[in-house]
Amino acid sequence: MNESILIIGAGHAGVQLAESLRENGHDGTITLIDQGAQQPYQRPPLSKDFVSAQEPEALPLRSEDFYTQQRIELLTGARATAVDRAARTVTLSDGQQRSYDRLVFATGARNRVLSCPGAQDPRVIGLRTLQDAENLRRQLDGAQRVVVAGAGFIGLEFAAAARARGIEATVLHSAPRVLNRSVSRQLSDWFTQAHRADGIDLRLGEGVQSIDAQEDLLVQSTAGESHRADLVVYGIGVLPNVELAEASGLACENGILVDAALRTSDERVYAVGDCANAERDGTRVRLESVQNAADQARSLARTLCGEPTLYSDVPWFWSIQGRHRLQIAGLAQPTDSSMLLGDPGSGKFSIALLRDGQLVAVESVNRAADHAAARKLLARGERITEAMLAGASLKELANATPVAA
Amino acid sequence: MPTITFEQPNGTATDVEVAEGGNIMRAAVANNIAGIVGECGGQAMCATCHVYVNPEDAAGLPEPSEDEDEMLDCTTAERTEHSRLGCQVSLGGALQSIRVAVPSDQV
Repeated sequence: MNESILIIGAGHAGVQLAESLRENGHDGTITLIDQGAQQPYQRPPLSKDFVSAQEPEALPLRSEDFYTQQRIELLTGARATAVDRAARTVTLSDGQQRSYDRLVFATGARNRVLSCPGAQDPRVIGLRTLQDAENLRRQLDGAQRVVVAGAGFIGLEFAAAARARGIEATVLHSAPRVLNRSVSRQLSDWFTQAHRADGIDLRLGEGVQSIDAQEDLLVQSTAGESHRADLVVYGIGVLPNVELAEASGLACENGILVDAALRTSDERVYAVGDCANAERDGTRVRLESVQNAADQARSLARTLCGEPTLYSDVPWFWSIQGRHRLQIAGLAQPTDSSMLLGDPGSGKFSIALLRDGQLVAVESVNRAADHAAARKLLARGERITEAMLAGASLKELANATPVAA
Repeated sequence: MPTITFEQPNGTATDVEVAEGGNIMRAAVANNIAGIVGECGGQAMCATCHVYVNPEDAAGLPEPSEDEDEMLDCTTAERTEHSRLGCQVSLGGALQSIRVAVPSDQV
């Protein structure tokens, strides 16, 4: 395999793809281009240990000499500005042009920006990049009160980490439930109570109306209340980075549209990770997770090395919500029915989600054993019913069920 | 400095020095040790930094936490009584050297 492969974006997906291409025997040139100036780094710790200053520096994704050892050309601080699919070239921000045999978009996503009046103040911060995290950590030193806009994973992780440092935290969330796009209603309600019990002032159905940036920040909520803060952190969702793909004529809709083999409408062009909206079981899914980024990259590497592979790995997610470890296996939908496993009062429990009587996802709080078992069961694709779950633990089911061929 | 010896499935071994308090996963990633992934960044969430600790070294280690113990059920390669998550095993103090085997599969 001597094709030249150009990867735009050196996040979790891009770097994994480069590595897996070599592991699968690709011998041609691999070029990774990324607009960030630094070595590719791990994202998940940024909203967790890094902010609470437990982690002194960002964790690199790979060692510095990894790229040279693997003959991967890493161009950092370089932005791809145009793709000419007919000529098979990519133009970079410094004017140079690179040609490719295969092109992969691993461009990720960016934060939706808080856009209310006053949101331009430098003390109003989104959290996505290492630069954001460094900025945030600096400003957090000496802060006594923070307001968080948005009770998604990032907003709540940050609020809980700040609270653990003794900082007063108010969370404004315009939807009626926390984590409303990501978890079941029961789990959402449980986390609402848990975070309130830990001292977070959690306001549901209240968004940020405006920010009066005086000496302190005065955050006006849509409920007409005013919250004083030293800084405001927002986590109100992301937008997939599709502009370059779109400008080059590729089909995009909530991400770059790819088939189950992660190929775009151009057979030489692919997309992986947060920017990819992939066909899966007859529907379309765009996931924002490290697991999805890395596993899609591994899958695509096999395809590019001559072993056509359809991506079908079981999605899983995790979040550290203050004292609580949340792990999710599988993909649920709002219409799925739920079944409680264990006692939420004990702080260790899981919620099984079922569709048409069959297990499709498991949300686990402080119960890694359930998560581990759920991942095995879902990967095997066996039919697990409510009656089976009532009669045995997930672990027992995972151990009892023979591995299907 | 504490030293970790990584033994690959093909028998080759590599010594890596690590700062006091450094853990096995970070040392592996920083030194380009094949077969240690550390996908979650060291939070005992992904089980992709699975190692088999040399039985003679295992005695000196603190027991795995409940979280680590449960996540060890997620490893791709077979779990044994000497399985640990590299991100949860730190070196330093009395523990100045350790030998670990990298499993054949990590993801």
